[in-house]
Amino acid sequence: MIGDGAILWYLNRATGLVSLLLMTGTIVLGVLVQRQARIPGLPRFGVVGLHRNVSLVSAVLLVVHVVSAVVDGYVSIGWLDTLVPFVSGYDAFWVGLGTLAIDLTALVVLTSLLRGRLPVRAWRAVHWTSYALWPLAFAHGLGTGTDLGSGWALAGALGCGVVVAVASGVAIAGRITARPVLDRAPAALAAATTALAAGRPAAASRNR
Amino acid sequence: MNAPPVTRGLLGIGDPSLAAHLAAHGPLPTVPDLADAVGGLTGRGGAGFPTARKLRAVTDAARAARTRAVVVGNGGEGEPASAKDATLLARSPHLVLDGLQLAARAVGADTVVLAAGEAVLPGLERALYERGDGGRVRLVALADRFLAGEETALVSAVDGGLPLPRAKTPPVWQRGMQGRPTLVQNVETLARLALLARGEAGEDHTLVTRHTAVVDVAEVPVGARLGDVLPLHAGVQAVLVGGYHGSWLPATMAADVGLDRTGLASVGASLGAGVLAALPGDRCGVRETASVVGYLAAQSAGQCGPCLNGLPRIAAALDLLARPGPPRRGLLEDVERWAGLVVGRGACSHPDGSVRLVTSTLRVFAGELAAHAAGWCTAAPSAPPFLPVPAPTAVAR
Amino acid sequence: MRVDPIGCQGHGLCAELLPEAIALDEWGYPLLAAGELPRELHRQARRAAAACPARALHLDRVTPGAAHSDRSAGRQTLPGLLTGNTQGGVPQWPS
Repeated sequence: MIGDGAILWYLNRATGLVSLLLMTGTIVLGVLVQRQARIPGLPRFGVVGLHRNVSLVSAVLLVVHVVSAVVDGYVSIGWLDTLVPFVSGYDAFWVGLGTLAIDLTALVVLTSLLRGRLPVRAWRAVHWTSYALWPLAFAHGLGTGTDLGSGWALAGALGCGVVVAVASGVAIAGRITARPVLDRAPAALAAATTALAAGRPAAASRNR
Repeated sequence: MNAPPVTRGLLGIGDPSLAAHLAAHGPLPTVPDLADAVGGLTGRGGAGFPTARKLRAVTDAARAARTRAVVVGNGGEGEPASAKDATLLARSPHLVLDGLQLAARAVGADTVVLAAGEAVLPGLERALYERGDGGRVRLVALADRFLAGEETALVSAVDGGLPLPRAKTPPVWQRGMQGRPTLVQNVETLARLALLARGEAGEDHTLVTRHTAVVDVAEVPVGARLGDVLPLHAGVQAVLVGGYHGSWLPATMAADVGLDRTGLASVGASLGAGVLAALPGDRCGVRETASVVGYLAAQSAGQCGPCLNGLPRIAAALDLLARPGPPRRGLLEDVERWAGLVVGRGACSHPDGSVRLVTSTLRVFAGELAAHAAGWCTAAPSAPPFLPVPAPTAVAR
Repeated sequence: MRVDPIGCQGHGLCAELLPEAIALDEWGYPLLAAGELPRELHRQARRAAAACPARALHLDRVTPGAAHSDRSAGRQTLPGLLTGNTQGGVPQWPS
């Protein structure tokens, strides 16, 4: 039989780990949306929906993660520490990284829920900060965590790290190699001329 | 460019000095209500919008936004076949500057910009210096791009950005340069303002660039019979009216068309940028248009998907149709379908204008297309290109 | 309904969520059904607009009678029922 404190402790660890996993999924799905990639068997809005819903589940788990940490009397983390980074009485730095991640998540989720009412640029600028989320959360887990110290959890987290790095790399490479806007039309013309002269249809050009 | 045989009106006697300007037109009077004085004058940049309405719209928008308006003189003649604005700026810069001054006063502007191609700027600087207006008008050099003179692209370039069109909401008369209400007016329109303010006839003539055996700029009466304005020698097959966003008319139909909005509209054309080109008998209309459309496709700003995809395909297909020999089955139908797919789907009128040229080509040169399909071309093989098309800039694939 | 032609990157979600009024052209960019959007499709249209990753699909309230401006009326219509990037009017000069 485990006591109330132990339940909170396990709940805290479990939600932390799972939300890190879901965050990984969110990032991969976000990059898929940005690259206009499709998941076999899923309509296009399915990829966007997954990105949105996985991120929301991850955010809900984060709330549980935070509440369980505060309610658990074993470590002295107060309500203020969930909003203001680096003021915690317990492990100020590592908990602070987590708080920072929470603040960013709240901002990203909030702006995304209000997307229809915000200027596109504002939403996009905030959304860019989500690239910092995963490293923050990972460092937070490594610094405070009992689980990420070693064993299968660390291996899993490192695996997620590789996935996130690859996904971010793909997204950033896509932006860097994107053609300057004034070069798109000449390139499309060259491609269409070659294709039509060879008697085959030209591939669609993208305006991004 | 041959000097046109015109001594009065907009093009003057070829002396761009302030002294010659004052001798011909006298000093600029003050006009209490410019919007009232301009009467039915319409913009001469291509869209043909009533100038009075534009003046009032900018004045009201500036008052509503509690800010000062901006006036931008548009000398961005991106159209390779047009030379009227550059000729006007070179020959009569003071009429344009008078117009700018009038427009700025009318809309209460505190910022005045004159944007034009690199080549005419030294002459404008000299003219501003003569007037002692050096600090009051900002000169902006425009890139040599087809869309450089498009209203929103112009505002973007003047603001220091890329010369790219943007969405038409909010319009530039509400939020233009630096987000302020902005009056963008073609330089010929401005020069006509300067004539009207002096009580001279201004709106009943228009500048055209004529392409025949030679290329020249002339001031012609609005409503004149096209055949009287443009020499249509025997053998001329067709006339391009309005420039590269314009349309081809068969020579027989073109001769009797009246050069005004209604006359041209009755044959599905408009004066556009004021280009009139009489295609000689020894050239191939399809070949000429194919090279123009290739240029237009490459000049797409690349921002809107349908334009970015449609124009290059249409251009590539026209290029194939311009060669004698049986074309791939369905190629002509492809062109027609792609043309339908780009119309009305861009932020600016580039796709619509380019398609206007293409569809008129398919109509007017149907016989030539049939000849190509049968394996021959009516044009002389050695004939040089008739319509001017700038060389493409190389781009990495 | 109105598509911001510069913002639209051809993700194509809108055509999946509102197939009754939006089709994709051969390059993946949306074509809108001509005329006003029937009331029973308003909910779906709002969903489609919210789902657009580029936020390029906009819904405008149309005042009865002002639906068709001179310019859109003079526009070349496409074969069939589909039209360009806007269903209703385009911004007009004040008269």
